[in-house]
Amino acid sequence: MKITGAQGLVKALELENVTTIFGYPGAAICPFYDALLDSDIKHILTRNEQGAAHAASGYSRVTGKTGVCVATSGPGATNLITGIATAYSDSIPMVAITGQVSLDLIGRDVFQEVDITGATEPFCKHNYLVKNVKDLPRIVKEAFHIASTGRPGPVLIDVPVDIQTDTLDFIYPDEVDIKGYKPNYKGHPQQIKKIAEAVASSQRPVICAGGGVISAKASEIMTRLAEKYQIPVVTTLMGIGAIPADHPLNMGMLGSHGVYAANYAVHNTDLLIIVGARVGDRALGTAGKIAEKAGIIHIDIDPAEIGKNVSTTIPVVGDAGLILEDLYKSIQNCNTSQWLESLQQAVKKNKVKLKEQSSYVNPKKLLAELSKRLYDNAIVVTEVGQNQIWAANNFIARKPGSFITSGGLGTMGYGLPAGIGAKIGRPESTVVVIGGDGSFQMSMPEMGTIKQNRLGVKILILNNNRLGMVREIQKNKYKKRYSQVFLDDNPDFVKIAEAYGFKSEKISCNSQIDSALERFLADDNAYLLECSIDPEEETV
Amino acid sequence: MAKHILSVLVENRSGVLSRVAGLFSRRGFNIDSLAVGVTENPEVSRMTIVVDGDEYTVEQVSKQLNKLIDIIKIRALEDSDSVSRELALIKVNATSSTRSEIVQIVEIFRAKIVDVSKNTLTVEISGSGDKVRALEDMLRQFGIKEIVRTGTIAIERGNKYIKAGSTEEM
Repeated sequence: MKITGAQGLVKALELENVTTIFGYPGAAICPFYDALLDSDIKHILTRNEQGAAHAASGYSRVTGKTGVCVATSGPGATNLITGIATAYSDSIPMVAITGQVSLDLIGRDVFQEVDITGATEPFCKHNYLVKNVKDLPRIVKEAFHIASTGRPGPVLIDVPVDIQTDTLDFIYPDEVDIKGYKPNYKGHPQQIKKIAEAVASSQRPVICAGGGVISAKASEIMTRLAEKYQIPVVTTLMGIGAIPADHPLNMGMLGSHGVYAANYAVHNTDLLIIVGARVGDRALGTAGKIAEKAGIIHIDIDPAEIGKNVSTTIPVVGDAGLILEDLYKSIQNCNTSQWLESLQQAVKKNKVKLKEQSSYVNPKKLLAELSKRLYDNAIVVTEVGQNQIWAANNFIARKPGSFITSGGLGTMGYGLPAGIGAKIGRPESTVVVIGGDGSFQMSMPEMGTIKQNRLGVKILILNNNRLGMVREIQKNKYKKRYSQVFLDDNPDFVKIAEAYGFKSEKISCNSQIDSALERFLADDNAYLLECSIDPEEETV
Repeated sequence: MAKHILSVLVENRSGVLSRVAGLFSRRGFNIDSLAVGVTENPEVSRMTIVVDGDEYTVEQVSKQLNKLIDIIKIRALEDSDSVSRELALIKVNATSSTRSEIVQIVEIFRAKIVDVSKNTLTVEISGSGDKVRALEDMLRQFGIKEIVRTGTIAIERGNKYIKAGSTEEM
């Protein structure tokens, strides 16, 4: 029996076990939205397409499934771009579906036409423009396969409106066979043997865990490996949660916004074992320079990451989980007692002294207090800026996936919609979005999505009436010549929250933290807590 | 900077060339030349890419290209173990007094005259980039009106071959 392309697209999503999608309709995607009415797939209408992409990302990060977002052609599609690029930077599996003008009009600059496959090509794992309705089932099957295997990432499918209304005999392929795409999962035994030998002869080894450890579901085996051989662990921003933050072997986050112990460990190690991390410039401090005196082992599913930013002594391509399993069995011994002792001294220097303040809330204290009150299954989602780093260094992430942030691209406006996706993916979890006043305003209308879907998302705004991170750069590197970082006429966030029907309050000193957090977390409804932060409060 | 030849098998689909060229520009790699044509398998095209850069660059180019889903296989060809050619068409001014000299030069280079007009000769030459350049230098004195060059194509010597399927080498 023949069905339309739009019906076929919906059917293909069902066959991929998609249950929730995020999107925003428009003329060029209307046949798909019409077909969606006959499906059990739940659609979340965001307030901007960018919100849909970030929500799909947050949903993916808590469920492990491929997130799906949908937009119309032209501006709808371009609004997805930041979300797609964010997912690409953080290796999040995502399928983005866009409507396109009809095939005969492509290339004529007609109403709401944009070359979205061309535009997204640099930051998509792959993309498709469907030119024949018969190709649609194969393309959807391939898209989900590519997005979720190897190094995960976003894949875009651009579907012209006449392809959506055209008909096909729908046959969904069982398997995918793409000549040039065969990810390698099993690490080379010879390389693993070399690592085992290097670890055995090392005096001061360190594991650097990146987001790849979490996406490969390798957190448990990595922690077991670290415990068995007593190897300290540092994490990147994306690796937070890969090992419990309060684990005695966890030295904390490294890099320019990291903590002393982590940087001390990396600086003094003789064997750095990087797992699932691209070693970005914020982690390195200086491009291309990390642990210069040490041997460097790099384990990554993406061969192109190895040797890209740092030269590697022993490279291994493959799945972090499988490789760490093999390593767990291969390493004979490792004596690190002296090394751990010296690191314990460094850990003491991690402790920051909190400023005595009477007219502000200290964000570091606030986030530490929040941690104490959250259960292990809680999820913290951050915006980008000082709020992100305060959360990274002070929230006690105990489980992989409990700390969600835009690490690679640093996308302001990510937190609120990603938090929406996380809450929809894991409704039983307490989801707390931490934002600054600047980044929160980039996605603030998504409060409407929270209201419409009755989502109990908690929003914590750290308000210093500044673009705090940029201000700090201007303070330290531009001789306090502050330029365009003042948001003194911020709206009354409490009133805005009330307009959306949220409970809301504002606090402005540390003594209010305890009782405010009690009320903030007391029930399952949405709640906005605005905290007045000293503009002079430093990030680290 | 050394020149390196990459032989790249790609899916014969629209958009692939743009992905490859885009990758070079956004990652800051220099393409010296790029030649594309279909292979013995109509579903597969071969790109011969000459890259300017050091070993790190070539490694990164190969790895980043490999990430593209449409790329099937990449091989860096060694100069000593491969044959490379370039094709050029050179349109040169020719008068009754210079015509015979040009013909002589063309013969020495084992090139061919493929078009003649009252005031011009069009010369076809295939060979290494150096040979094409040498002929160009010799013809410049007569006044070159136009040159069209293909860029390098290359193939491995002997029994080795690069193929899209599972069996690739003998």
